[in-house]
Amino acid sequence: MALSIEDIKKIAHLARIEVSESDAAATLTKLTGILGLIEQMQAVDTKGIAPMSHSQDVVQRLREDVVTKTNQREAFQKVAPVLGNGSTDQAVDSGLYLVPKVIE
Amino acid sequence: MEWEVVIGLETHTQLQTKTKIFSGASTAFGSEPNTQACEVSLAFPGVLPVLNKEAVNCAIKFGLAVNAQITPRSVFARKNYFYPDLPKGYQISQYELPVVGKGMITIQVPAVGKNPAYEKVVNITRAHLEEDAGKSVHGAVEGMSGIDLNRAGTPLLEIVTEPDMRSAAEAVAYAKKLHELVQWIGICDGNMQEGSFRCDVNVSVRPKGTDKLGTRREIKNLNSFKFMQQAIEFETRWQIETLEDGGTISQATVLFNPDTGETRAMRSKEEANDYRYFPDPDLLPLEITEADKDRVRAQMPELPEAMKARFEADFGLTSYDAASLTSSLDLANYFVATVHAGADAKPAANWVMGAVSAKLNAEEKSIAQSPLTAVQLASLIKRIMDNTISNNAAKQVFEALWNGEGGVDAIIEAKGLKQVSDTGAIEAIIDEVLAANAAMVEEFKAGKEKAFNALVGQAMKASKGKANPAQVNEMLKKKLGA
Repeated sequence: MALSIEDIKKIAHLARIEVSESDAAATLTKLTGILGLIEQMQAVDTKGIAPMSHSQDVVQRLREDVVTKTNQREAFQKVAPVLGNGSTDQAVDSGLYLVPKVIE
Repeated sequence: MEWEVVIGLETHTQLQTKTKIFSGASTAFGSEPNTQACEVSLAFPGVLPVLNKEAVNCAIKFGLAVNAQITPRSVFARKNYFYPDLPKGYQISQYELPVVGKGMITIQVPAVGKNPAYEKVVNITRAHLEEDAGKSVHGAVEGMSGIDLNRAGTPLLEIVTEPDMRSAAEAVAYAKKLHELVQWIGICDGNMQEGSFRCDVNVSVRPKGTDKLGTRREIKNLNSFKFMQQAIEFETRWQIETLEDGGTISQATVLFNPDTGETRAMRSKEEANDYRYFPDPDLLPLEITEADKDRVRAQMPELPEAMKARFEADFGLTSYDAASLTSSLDLANYFVATVHAGADAKPAANWVMGAVSAKLNAEEKSIAQSPLTAVQLASLIKRIMDNTISNNAAKQVFEALWNGEGGVDAIIEAKGLKQVSDTGAIEAIIDEVLAANAAMVEEFKAGKEKAFNALVGQAMKASKGKANPAQVNEMLKKKLGA
Protein backbone atom coordinates (compact mmCIF):
# COMPACT_ATOMS: atom_id res chain seq x y z
CA MET A 1 0.00 0.00 0.00
CA ALA A 2 1.45 3.31 -1.12
CA LEU A 3 1.15 6.32 1.15
CA SER A 4 1.16 9.91 -0.05
CA ILE A 5 2.35 13.07 1.67
CA GLU A 6 -1.36 13.93 2.07
CA ASP A 7 -1.91 10.71 4.06
CA ILE A 8 0.98 11.63 6.35
CA LYS A 9 -0.54 15.06 6.97
CA LYS A 10 -3.93 13.52 7.70
CA ILE A 11 -2.52 10.95 10.11
CA ALA A 12 -0.49 13.66 11.85
CA HIS A 13 -3.60 15.81 12.21
CA LEU A 14 -5.66 12.94 13.63
CA ALA A 15 -2.93 12.32 16.20
CA ARG A 16 -2.54 16.07 16.83
CA ILE A 17 1.16 15.85 16.03
CA GLU A 18 2.86 18.70 14.22
CA VAL A 19 4.87 17.42 11.27
CA SER A 20 6.76 20.00 9.23
CA GLU A 21 7.02 19.78 5.43
CA SER A 22 10.62 18.59 5.66
CA ASP A 23 9.83 15.95 8.28
CA ALA A 24 6.80 14.73 6.32
CA ALA A 25 8.95 13.24 3.56
CA ALA A 26 11.16 11.36 6.03
CA THR A 27 8.04 10.15 7.92
CA LEU A 28 6.56 8.97 4.63
CA THR A 29 9.61 6.80 4.00
CA LYS A 30 9.53 5.32 7.51
CA LEU A 31 5.79 4.61 7.53
CA THR A 32 5.96 3.08 4.07
CA GLY A 33 8.67 0.76 5.39
CA ILE A 34 6.44 -0.29 8.29
CA LEU A 35 3.52 -0.93 5.95
CA GLY A 36 5.83 -3.01 3.77
CA LEU A 37 6.61 -5.15 6.80
CA ILE A 38 2.91 -5.59 7.48
CA GLU A 39 2.33 -6.61 3.87
CA GLN A 40 5.02 -9.22 4.27
CA MET A 41 3.28 -10.56 7.38
CA GLN A 42 -0.08 -10.55 5.67
CA ALA A 43 1.30 -12.90 3.04
CA VAL A 44 1.58 -15.62 5.71
CA ASP A 45 -1.23 -18.15 5.52
CA THR A 46 -3.26 -17.73 8.75
CA LYS A 47 -6.27 -19.78 7.72
CA GLY A 48 -7.78 -21.52 10.72
CA ILE A 49 -5.90 -19.44 13.25
CA ALA A 50 -8.10 -17.32 15.52
CA PRO A 51 -7.17 -13.63 15.62
CA MET A 52 -5.32 -12.69 18.79
CA SER A 53 -6.28 -9.59 20.72
CA HIS A 54 -3.54 -9.84 23.31
CA SER A 55 -0.04 -11.24 23.40
CA GLN A 56 -0.72 -13.29 26.52
CA ASP A 57 -3.25 -16.09 26.53
CA VAL A 58 -4.98 -14.97 29.72
CA VAL A 59 -8.36 -13.38 30.37
CA GLN A 60 -9.42 -10.19 32.11
CA ARG A 61 -9.61 -10.25 35.90
CA LEU A 62 -12.60 -8.43 37.31
CA ARG A 63 -12.82 -5.97 40.18
CA GLU A 64 -15.58 -6.01 42.83
CA ASP A 65 -17.95 -3.03 42.55
CA VAL A 66 -16.77 -1.28 45.71
CA VAL A 67 -15.73 2.37 46.04
CA THR A 68 -12.00 2.46 46.78
CA LYS A 69 -11.12 5.95 45.54
CA THR A 70 -11.48 8.95 47.80
CA ASN A 71 -11.71 12.59 46.80
CA GLN A 72 -8.21 13.81 45.89
CA ARG A 73 -9.32 16.88 43.96
CA GLU A 74 -7.09 19.28 45.83
CA ALA A 75 -3.94 17.26 45.12
CA PHE A 76 -4.87 16.71 41.47
CA GLN A 77 -5.67 20.38 40.88
CA LYS A 78 -2.26 21.38 42.22
CA VAL A 79 -0.56 19.55 39.36
CA ALA A 80 -3.11 20.48 36.69
CA PRO A 81 -1.84 22.65 33.85
CA VAL A 82 -2.95 26.27 33.99
CA LEU A 83 -3.69 27.40 30.48
CA GLY A 84 -3.83 30.81 28.83
CA ASN A 85 -5.27 33.46 31.10
CA GLY A 86 -6.83 30.97 33.49
CA SER A 87 -5.62 31.31 37.04
CA THR A 88 -5.16 28.55 39.60
CA ASP A 89 -7.59 30.36 41.90
CA GLN A 90 -10.41 30.26 39.38
CA ALA A 91 -9.89 26.56 38.80
CA VAL A 92 -9.83 25.83 42.51
CA ASP A 93 -12.90 27.94 43.20
CA SER A 94 -15.01 26.31 40.52
CA GLY A 95 -13.63 22.84 41.11
CA LEU A 96 -13.19 22.56 37.35
CA TYR A 97 -10.18 21.88 35.15
CA LEU A 98 -9.89 24.81 32.77
CA VAL A 99 -9.19 24.50 29.06
CA PRO A 100 -9.34 26.92 26.13
CA LYS A 101 -12.96 27.67 25.25
CA VAL A 102 -14.65 24.90 23.28
CA ILE A 103 -17.94 25.70 21.59
CA GLU A 104 -19.66 23.04 19.56
CA MET B 1 -44.39 8.95 -4.74
CA GLU B 2 -45.04 7.13 -1.51
CA TRP B 3 -42.12 7.16 0.90
CA GLU B 4 -41.05 4.81 3.64
CA VAL B 5 -39.04 5.91 6.65
CA VAL B 6 -36.38 3.57 8.02
CA ILE B 7 -35.23 4.00 11.61
CA GLY B 8 -32.58 2.40 13.79
CA LEU B 9 -31.64 3.35 17.35
CA GLU B 10 -28.48 3.48 19.39
CA THR B 11 -29.19 3.84 23.09
CA HIS B 12 -26.67 4.64 25.79
CA THR B 13 -27.85 3.20 29.07
CA GLN B 14 -25.92 4.15 32.16
CA LEU B 15 -25.38 1.03 34.23
CA GLN B 16 -26.40 1.00 37.88
CA THR B 17 -23.03 0.32 39.47
CA LYS B 18 -21.54 1.96 42.54
CA THR B 19 -18.22 2.56 40.85
CA LYS B 20 -16.83 3.39 37.43
CA ILE B 21 -16.22 0.80 34.76
CA PHE B 22 -12.43 0.83 35.07
CA SER B 23 -11.75 2.29 38.54
CA GLY B 24 -13.04 2.32 42.10
CA ALA B 25 -14.28 5.95 41.91
CA SER B 26 -17.93 6.56 42.83
CA THR B 27 -20.57 7.12 40.13
CA ALA B 28 -23.03 9.00 42.37
CA PHE B 29 -24.88 11.74 40.47
CA GLY B 30 -24.75 15.42 41.39
CA SER B 31 -21.56 15.62 43.45
CA GLU B 32 -19.25 18.66 43.48
CA PRO B 33 -17.22 18.86 40.24
CA ASN B 34 -14.25 16.52 40.01
CA THR B 35 -14.63 15.10 43.51
CA GLN B 36 -15.19 11.69 41.90
CA ALA B 37 -12.49 12.08 39.28
CA CYS B 38 -9.66 9.78 40.34
CA GLU B 39 -6.30 9.37 38.60
CA VAL B 40 -7.83 6.86 36.17
CA SER B 41 -10.68 9.25 35.25
CA LEU B 42 -8.04 11.98 34.76
CA ALA B 43 -5.81 9.70 32.64
CA PHE B 44 -2.66 10.16 34.68
CA PRO B 45 0.39 8.54 33.13
CA GLY B 46 0.86 4.93 34.11
CA VAL B 47 -2.66 4.22 35.39
CA LEU B 48 -4.31 1.02 34.25
CA PRO B 49 -7.99 0.14 33.81
CA VAL B 50 -9.42 -2.71 35.91
CA LEU B 51 -12.84 -3.91 34.74
CA ASN B 52 -15.84 -3.71 37.11
CA LYS B 53 -17.50 -7.11 37.64
CA GLU B 54 -20.93 -5.56 38.15
CA ALA B 55 -20.80 -3.77 34.80
CA VAL B 56 -20.16 -7.14 33.16
CA ASN B 57 -23.06 -8.69 35.11
CA CYS B 58 -25.34 -5.92 33.81
CA ALA B 59 -24.30 -6.66 30.22
CA ILE B 60 -24.96 -10.38 30.73
CA LYS B 61 -28.41 -9.61 32.21
CA PHE B 62 -29.30 -7.55 29.19
CA GLY B 63 -28.05 -10.23 26.81
CA LEU B 64 -30.15 -12.86 28.54
CA ALA B 65 -33.21 -10.57 28.60
CA VAL B 66 -33.18 -10.08 24.81
CA ASN B 67 -32.30 -13.69 23.97
CA ALA B 68 -28.96 -12.64 22.58
CA GLN B 69 -25.77 -14.49 21.93
CA ILE B 70 -23.33 -13.54 24.67
CA THR B 71 -19.79 -13.42 23.34
CA PRO B 72 -17.58 -15.97 25.16
CA ARG B 73 -14.50 -13.78 24.67
CA SER B 74 -15.22 -10.14 23.92
CA VAL B 75 -12.57 -7.51 23.38
CA PHE B 76 -12.16 -3.89 24.47
CA ALA B 77 -10.98 -1.40 21.89
CA ARG B 78 -9.77 2.17 21.86
CA LYS B 79 -11.87 4.68 19.96
CA ASN B 80 -9.54 7.58 19.28
CA TYR B 81 -10.64 11.20 19.20
CA PHE B 82 -9.68 14.47 20.82
CA TYR B 83 -12.00 16.41 23.06
CA PRO B 84 -11.27 18.09 26.40
CA ASP B 85 -13.78 15.95 28.29
CA LEU B 86 -11.83 12.84 27.24
CA PRO B 87 -8.37 13.27 28.77
CA LYS B 88 -6.94 9.96 27.49
CA GLY B 89 -7.55 10.95 23.87
CA TYR B 90 -9.49 7.70 23.42
CA GLN B 91 -12.63 6.13 24.76
CA ILE B 92 -12.45 2.52 25.87
CA SER B 93 -15.28 0.78 24.03
CA GLN B 94 -15.85 -2.46 22.17
CA TYR B 95 -15.71 -2.75 18.42
CA GLU B 96 -15.29 -6.04 16.59
CA LEU B 97 -16.29 -8.37 19.41
CA PRO B 98 -18.99 -6.74 21.60
CA VAL B 99 -20.11 -8.49 24.78
CA VAL B 100 -23.70 -8.94 23.51
CA GLY B 101 -24.48 -10.10 19.97
CA LYS B 102 -27.71 -10.44 18.02
CA GLY B 103 -30.94 -10.48 20.04
CA MET B 104 -34.53 -9.30 19.81
CA ILE B 105 -37.19 -7.28 21.61
CA THR B 106 -40.94 -7.52 21.02
CA ILE B 107 -42.59 -4.12 21.07
CA GLN B 108 -46.25 -3.10 21.38
CA VAL B 109 -47.11 -0.25 19.03
CA PRO B 110 -50.20 1.57 20.31
CA ALA B 111 -53.28 2.22 18.16
CA VAL B 112 -53.29 5.56 16.33
CA GLY B 113 -56.60 6.79 14.91
CA LYS B 114 -58.05 4.00 12.77
CA ASN B 115 -54.86 1.95 12.83
CA PRO B 116 -55.11 -0.78 15.47
CA ALA B 117 -52.35 -1.61 17.97
CA TYR B 118 -49.89 -4.30 16.90
CA GLU B 119 -46.82 -6.18 18.04
CA LYS B 120 -43.50 -6.18 16.23
CA VAL B 121 -40.08 -7.73 16.74
CA VAL B 122 -37.14 -5.34 16.69
CA ASN B 123 -33.78 -7.02 16.14
CA ILE B 124 -30.87 -6.02 18.33
CA THR B 125 -27.61 -5.90 16.38
CA ARG B 126 -25.31 -5.73 19.38
CA ALA B 127 -24.71 -4.19 22.78
CA HIS B 128 -21.29 -3.21 23.99
CA LEU B 129 -19.68 -1.95 27.18
CA GLU B 130 -17.92 1.40 27.16
CA GLU B 131 -16.99 4.32 29.37
CA ASP B 132 -18.77 7.69 29.42
CA ALA B 133 -16.88 10.93 28.88
CA GLY B 134 -16.79 13.93 31.24
CA LYS B 135 -18.77 17.14 30.91
CA SER B 136 -17.79 20.53 29.56
CA VAL B 137 -19.08 23.48 31.56
CA HIS B 138 -19.36 26.77 29.71
CA GLY B 139 -19.67 30.14 31.40
CA ALA B 140 -18.38 29.16 34.85
CA VAL B 141 -15.06 30.89 34.21
CA GLU B 142 -14.79 33.82 31.81
CA GLY B 143 -13.15 32.99 28.48
CA MET B 144 -12.46 29.38 29.38
CA SER B 145 -14.29 26.07 29.30
CA GLY B 146 -14.44 24.10 32.52
CA ILE B 147 -14.16 20.33 32.60
CA ASP B 148 -15.90 18.16 35.17
CA LEU B 149 -14.69 14.58 34.99
CA ASN B 150 -17.02 13.06 37.61
CA ARG B 151 -18.94 11.31 34.83
CA ALA B 152 -15.80 10.20 32.98
CA GLY B 153 -15.55 6.43 33.22
CA THR B 154 -19.19 5.80 34.17
CA PRO B 155 -20.17 2.43 32.70
CA LEU B 156 -22.46 2.48 29.68
CA LEU B 157 -24.09 -0.26 27.69
CA GLU B 158 -24.69 0.96 24.16
CA ILE B 159 -27.56 -0.98 22.60
CA VAL B 160 -27.81 -0.90 18.80
CA THR B 161 -30.80 -2.06 16.73
CA GLU B 162 -31.15 -3.09 13.13
CA PRO B 163 -32.90 -0.48 10.94
CA ASP B 164 -36.19 -2.27 11.66
CA MET B 165 -38.55 0.54 12.59
CA ARG B 166 -40.84 2.14 10.02
CA SER B 167 -42.45 5.06 11.88
CA ALA B 168 -41.85 7.47 14.73
CA ALA B 169 -44.49 5.52 16.69
CA GLU B 170 -42.51 2.29 16.30
CA ALA B 171 -39.26 3.98 17.32
CA VAL B 172 -40.88 5.46 20.41
CA ALA B 173 -42.55 2.13 21.26
CA TYR B 174 -39.13 0.45 21.04
CA ALA B 175 -37.45 3.13 23.15
CA LYS B 176 -40.17 2.87 25.80
CA LYS B 177 -39.97 -0.93 25.82
CA LEU B 178 -36.19 -0.82 26.19
CA HIS B 179 -36.53 1.80 28.92
CA GLU B 180 -38.94 -0.48 30.80
CA LEU B 181 -36.75 -3.54 30.27
CA VAL B 182 -33.45 -2.09 31.53
CA GLN B 183 -35.21 -0.90 34.68
CA TRP B 184 -37.04 -4.23 35.07
CA ILE B 185 -33.77 -6.19 35.08
CA GLY B 186 -32.21 -3.58 37.34
CA ILE B 187 -29.28 -2.50 35.16
CA CYS B 188 -30.26 1.17 34.66
CA ASP B 189 -32.26 3.64 36.73
CA GLY B 190 -33.90 4.98 33.55
CA ASN B 191 -33.57 8.61 34.68
CA MET B 192 -33.70 10.49 31.40
CA GLN B 193 -33.30 13.97 32.94
CA GLU B 194 -29.99 12.93 34.48
CA GLY B 195 -28.91 11.37 31.18
CA SER B 196 -29.02 7.74 32.31
CA PHE B 197 -30.89 6.76 29.12
CA ARG B 198 -29.98 8.65 25.93
CA CYS B 199 -31.06 7.78 22.41
CA ASP B 200 -29.44 8.49 19.05
CA VAL B 201 -31.86 7.89 16.18
CA ASN B 202 -30.77 7.10 12.62
CA VAL B 203 -33.37 8.19 10.09
CA SER B 204 -33.47 7.65 6.34
CA VAL B 205 -36.23 7.55 3.74
CA ARG B 206 -36.68 5.54 0.54
CA PRO B 207 -39.42 5.04 -2.04
CA LYS B 208 -41.88 2.51 -0.67
CA GLY B 209 -41.30 -0.95 -2.07
CA THR B 210 -37.56 -0.52 -2.66
CA ASP B 211 -34.88 -2.39 -0.71
CA LYS B 212 -31.92 -0.06 -0.88
CA LEU B 213 -31.47 2.07 2.22
CA GLY B 214 -31.41 5.83 1.80
CA THR B 215 -28.66 8.02 3.22
CA ARG B 216 -29.19 8.40 6.93
CA ARG B 217 -28.92 11.34 9.26
CA GLU B 218 -28.36 10.71 12.94
CA ILE B 219 -30.37 12.67 15.52
CA LYS B 220 -28.17 12.84 18.62
CA ASN B 221 -28.90 12.72 22.31
CA LEU B 222 -32.68 12.62 22.59
CA ASN B 223 -33.62 12.42 26.24
CA SER B 224 -37.41 12.37 26.12
CA PHE B 225 -39.90 10.23 24.20
CA LYS B 226 -41.92 13.29 23.23
CA PHE B 227 -38.87 14.94 21.68
CA MET B 228 -38.00 11.69 19.92
CA GLN B 229 -41.44 11.57 18.29
CA GLN B 230 -41.24 15.22 17.24
CA ALA B 231 -37.65 14.98 16.01
CA ILE B 232 -38.30 11.90 13.86
CA GLU B 233 -41.47 13.37 12.38
CA PHE B 234 -39.73 16.62 11.51
CA GLU B 235 -36.63 14.87 10.14
CA THR B 236 -38.74 12.51 8.00
CA ARG B 237 -40.72 15.39 6.50
CA TRP B 238 -37.52 17.34 5.86
CA GLN B 239 -35.84 14.44 4.07
CA ILE B 240 -38.90 13.70 1.90
CA GLU B 241 -39.31 17.36 0.97
CA THR B 242 -35.61 17.68 0.17
CA LEU B 243 -35.72 14.65 -2.13
CA GLU B 244 -38.99 15.71 -3.78
CA ASP B 245 -37.47 19.12 -4.48
CA GLY B 246 -34.68 17.36 -6.33
CA GLY B 247 -32.11 17.66 -3.55
CA THR B 248 -29.93 14.98 -2.04
CA ILE B 249 -29.38 13.92 1.56
CA SER B 250 -25.84 13.84 2.86
CA GLN B 251 -24.87 11.84 5.89
CA ALA B 252 -24.86 14.10 8.92
CA THR B 253 -25.28 14.36 12.64
CA VAL B 254 -28.23 16.55 13.59
CA LEU B 255 -29.50 18.05 16.81
CA PHE B 256 -33.13 18.52 17.79
CA ASN B 257 -34.19 21.91 19.10
CA PRO B 258 -37.19 21.41 21.41
CA ASP B 259 -38.07 25.12 21.22
CA THR B 260 -38.54 25.17 17.45
CA GLY B 261 -39.36 21.47 16.99
CA GLU B 262 -36.75 21.33 14.23
CA THR B 263 -33.66 19.27 13.53
CA ARG B 264 -30.50 21.02 12.37
CA ALA B 265 -27.20 19.60 11.12
CA MET B 266 -24.24 20.20 13.39
CA ARG B 267 -21.40 22.22 11.91
CA SER B 268 -19.91 19.68 9.51
CA LYS B 269 -16.39 18.82 10.47
CA GLU B 270 -13.71 19.26 7.85
CA GLU B 271 -12.56 15.77 8.50
CA ALA B 272 -14.96 12.87 8.70
CA ASN B 273 -14.69 10.94 11.96
CA ASP B 274 -11.85 8.49 11.81
CA TYR B 275 -11.71 6.72 15.15
CA ARG B 276 -8.90 4.27 14.28
CA TYR B 277 -10.24 1.55 16.58
CA PHE B 278 -7.74 -1.00 17.79
CA PRO B 279 -7.75 -3.56 20.64
CA ASP B 280 -6.77 -1.91 23.93
CA PRO B 281 -3.50 -3.48 25.05
CA ASP B 282 -4.26 -2.50 28.67
CA LEU B 283 -7.21 -4.88 28.82
CA LEU B 284 -7.34 -8.63 28.31
CA PRO B 285 -10.22 -10.37 26.57
CA LEU B 286 -13.37 -10.56 28.70
CA GLU B 287 -14.32 -14.17 29.20
CA ILE B 288 -17.93 -15.07 29.99
CA THR B 289 -18.59 -18.74 30.69
CA GLU B 290 -21.81 -20.75 30.80
CA ALA B 291 -21.41 -20.80 34.59
CA ASP B 292 -21.26 -16.98 34.66
CA LYS B 293 -24.47 -16.82 32.65
CA ASP B 294 -26.20 -19.35 34.94
CA ARG B 295 -25.13 -17.40 38.01
CA VAL B 296 -26.51 -14.14 36.58
CA ARG B 297 -29.67 -15.82 35.30
CA ALA B 298 -30.41 -17.04 38.83
CA GLN B 299 -30.38 -13.44 40.10
CA MET B 300 -32.79 -12.17 37.46
CA PRO B 301 -36.51 -11.54 37.96
CA GLU B 302 -39.06 -13.26 35.72
CA LEU B 303 -38.91 -11.31 32.44
CA PRO B 304 -41.82 -9.09 31.41
CA GLU B 305 -42.62 -11.20 28.32
CA ALA B 306 -42.91 -14.36 30.42
CA MET B 307 -44.93 -12.60 33.10
CA LYS B 308 -47.24 -11.12 30.47
CA ALA B 309 -47.91 -14.57 29.02
CA ARG B 310 -48.55 -15.91 32.52
CA PHE B 311 -51.02 -13.10 33.31
CA GLU B 312 -52.92 -13.90 30.10
CA ALA B 313 -52.98 -17.65 30.80
CA ASP B 314 -53.58 -17.65 34.56
CA PHE B 315 -55.81 -14.61 34.95
CA GLY B 316 -57.53 -14.46 31.55
CA LEU B 317 -56.31 -10.90 30.98
CA THR B 318 -56.18 -9.42 27.50
CA SER B 319 -52.80 -9.00 25.82
CA TYR B 320 -53.14 -5.23 26.17
CA ASP B 321 -53.95 -5.38 29.91
CA ALA B 322 -51.18 -7.88 30.56
CA ALA B 323 -48.70 -5.68 28.66
CA SER B 324 -49.73 -2.58 30.63
CA LEU B 325 -49.40 -4.37 33.96
CA THR B 326 -45.94 -5.66 33.05
CA SER B 327 -44.64 -2.24 32.02
CA SER B 328 -42.71 -2.09 35.28
CA LEU B 329 -41.73 -4.71 37.81
CA ASP B 330 -43.14 -2.65 40.70
CA LEU B 331 -46.50 -2.30 38.95
CA ALA B 332 -46.64 -6.02 38.16
CA ASN B 333 -45.74 -6.91 41.75
CA TYR B 334 -48.45 -4.56 43.04
CA PHE B 335 -51.04 -6.25 40.84
CA VAL B 336 -49.92 -9.72 41.93
CA ALA B 337 -50.00 -8.69 45.59
CA THR B 338 -53.55 -7.37 45.12
CA VAL B 339 -54.65 -10.69 43.65
CA HIS B 340 -52.83 -12.66 46.36
CA ALA B 341 -54.67 -10.61 48.99
CA GLY B 342 -57.94 -12.00 47.66
CA ALA B 343 -59.09 -9.71 44.84
CA ASP B 344 -60.30 -11.19 41.54
CA ALA B 345 -57.73 -10.62 38.78
CA LYS B 346 -59.93 -8.70 36.35
CA PRO B 347 -61.21 -6.04 38.75
CA ALA B 348 -57.72 -5.88 40.27
CA ALA B 349 -56.25 -5.19 36.80
CA ASN B 350 -58.91 -2.56 36.10
CA TRP B 351 -58.31 -0.77 39.39
CA VAL B 352 -54.52 -0.85 39.11
CA MET B 353 -54.49 0.43 35.52
CA GLY B 354 -57.44 2.76 36.04
CA ALA B 355 -57.98 4.63 39.30
CA VAL B 356 -54.61 3.82 40.90
CA SER B 357 -52.51 4.73 37.82
CA ALA B 358 -54.56 7.90 37.20
CA LYS B 359 -53.97 9.06 40.78
CA LEU B 360 -50.27 8.26 40.61
CA ASN B 361 -49.92 10.14 37.32
CA ALA B 362 -51.78 13.16 38.65
CA GLU B 363 -49.56 13.26 41.73
CA GLU B 364 -46.41 12.33 39.76
CA LYS B 365 -45.75 9.38 42.00
CA SER B 366 -44.42 5.94 41.19
CA ILE B 367 -46.33 2.83 42.22
CA ALA B 368 -43.77 2.29 44.99
CA GLN B 369 -44.92 5.62 46.49
CA SER B 370 -48.62 4.75 46.36
CA PRO B 371 -50.36 5.67 49.63
CA LEU B 372 -52.79 2.82 48.93
CA THR B 373 -51.28 -0.61 49.60
CA ALA B 374 -52.11 -3.67 47.52
CA VAL B 375 -53.76 -5.22 50.56
CA GLN B 376 -56.03 -2.18 51.02
CA LEU B 377 -56.95 -2.23 47.34
CA ALA B 378 -57.76 -5.93 47.63
CA SER B 379 -60.09 -5.35 50.60
CA LEU B 380 -61.85 -2.62 48.65
CA ILE B 381 -62.33 -4.94 45.67
CA LYS B 382 -63.56 -7.70 47.97
CA ARG B 383 -66.27 -5.38 49.30
CA ILE B 384 -67.44 -4.80 45.74
CA MET B 385 -67.31 -8.53 45.00
CA ASP B 386 -69.41 -9.44 48.05
CA ASN B 387 -71.94 -6.70 47.21
CA THR B 388 -71.26 -4.66 50.34
CA ILE B 389 -70.77 -1.55 48.20
CA SER B 390 -71.63 -0.55 44.66
CA ASN B 391 -69.02 0.45 42.07
CA ASN B 392 -70.02 4.07 42.54
CA ALA B 393 -69.62 3.93 46.30
CA ALA B 394 -66.27 2.19 45.77
CA LYS B 395 -64.96 5.31 44.06
CA GLN B 396 -65.70 7.33 47.19
CA VAL B 397 -64.07 4.69 49.40
CA PHE B 398 -61.04 4.72 47.09
CA GLU B 399 -60.65 8.50 47.46
CA ALA B 400 -60.89 8.21 51.23
CA LEU B 401 -58.39 5.36 51.35
CA TRP B 402 -56.01 7.36 49.17
CA ASN B 403 -56.25 10.28 51.59
CA GLY B 404 -55.51 8.00 54.52
CA GLU B 405 -58.92 8.23 56.16
CA GLY B 406 -58.70 4.72 57.63
CA GLY B 407 -59.50 1.14 56.69
CA VAL B 408 -62.01 0.06 54.04
CA ASP B 409 -64.75 -1.15 56.41
CA ALA B 410 -64.38 1.85 58.70
CA ILE B 411 -64.76 4.21 55.73
CA ILE B 412 -67.82 2.36 54.40
CA GLU B 413 -69.37 2.58 57.86
CA ALA B 414 -68.45 6.23 58.47
CA LYS B 415 -69.76 7.38 55.10
CA GLY B 416 -72.84 5.15 55.23
CA LEU B 417 -72.05 3.62 51.84
CA LYS B 418 -73.20 0.13 52.61
CA GLN B 419 -75.32 -1.17 49.79
CA VAL B 420 -78.86 -2.23 50.61
CA SER B 421 -79.30 -5.82 49.49
CA ASP B 422 -82.12 -6.62 51.87
CA THR B 423 -85.03 -7.73 49.67
CA GLY B 424 -87.67 -6.35 51.99
CA ALA B 425 -86.12 -2.90 52.12
CA ILE B 426 -85.69 -2.75 48.36
CA GLU B 427 -89.24 -3.91 47.78
CA ALA B 428 -90.53 -1.14 50.04
CA ILE B 429 -88.58 1.47 48.09
CA ILE B 430 -89.82 0.15 44.76
CA ASP B 431 -93.43 0.14 45.90
CA GLU B 432 -93.05 3.77 46.92
CA VAL B 433 -91.49 4.69 43.59
CA LEU B 434 -94.18 2.90 41.60
CA ALA B 435 -96.91 4.63 43.56
CA ALA B 436 -95.34 8.05 43.13
CA ASN B 437 -94.65 7.66 39.39
CA ALA B 438 -97.83 6.26 37.98
CA ALA B 439 -97.32 8.16 34.74
CA MET B 440 -93.97 6.49 34.07
CA VAL B 441 -95.48 3.10 34.78
CA GLU B 442 -98.17 3.81 32.17
CA GLU B 443 -95.54 4.87 29.64
CA PHE B 444 -93.62 1.68 30.23
CA LYS B 445 -96.73 -0.41 29.81
CA ALA B 446 -97.41 1.49 26.58
CA GLY B 447 -94.08 0.19 25.30
CA LYS B 448 -91.61 2.92 26.18
CA GLU B 449 -88.46 1.04 27.24
CA LYS B 450 -86.85 4.27 28.44
CA ALA B 451 -89.40 4.61 31.21
CA PHE B 452 -87.98 1.49 32.83
CA ASN B 453 -84.54 3.06 33.21
CA ALA B 454 -86.13 6.18 34.61
CA LEU B 455 -87.87 4.08 37.25
CA VAL B 456 -84.60 2.36 38.16
CA GLY B 457 -83.08 5.81 38.51
CA GLN B 458 -85.87 6.92 40.81
CA ALA B 459 -85.47 3.83 42.99
CA MET B 460 -81.69 4.35 43.23
CA LYS B 461 -82.27 7.97 44.12
CA ALA B 462 -84.83 7.05 46.78
CA SER B 463 -82.27 4.68 48.33
CA LYS B 464 -79.66 7.43 48.22
CA GLY B 465 -77.66 5.30 45.82
CA LYS B 466 -77.28 2.50 48.30
CA ALA B 467 -79.64 -0.07 46.81
CA ASN B 468 -78.00 -2.93 44.95
CA PRO B 469 -78.73 -1.93 41.32
CA ALA B 470 -78.92 -5.52 40.08
CA GLN B 471 -81.54 -6.34 42.67
CA VAL B 472 -83.51 -3.17 41.91
CA ASN B 473 -83.56 -4.10 38.24
CA GLU B 474 -84.69 -7.60 38.89
CA MET B 475 -87.41 -6.71 41.34
CA LEU B 476 -88.73 -3.87 39.24
CA LYS B 477 -89.04 -6.22 36.28
CA LYS B 478 -90.98 -8.65 38.41
CA LYS B 479 -93.31 -5.97 39.75
CA LEU B 480 -94.05 -4.58 36.29
CA GLY B 481 -94.53 -8.04 34.89
CA ALA B 482 -91.90 -7.27 32.27
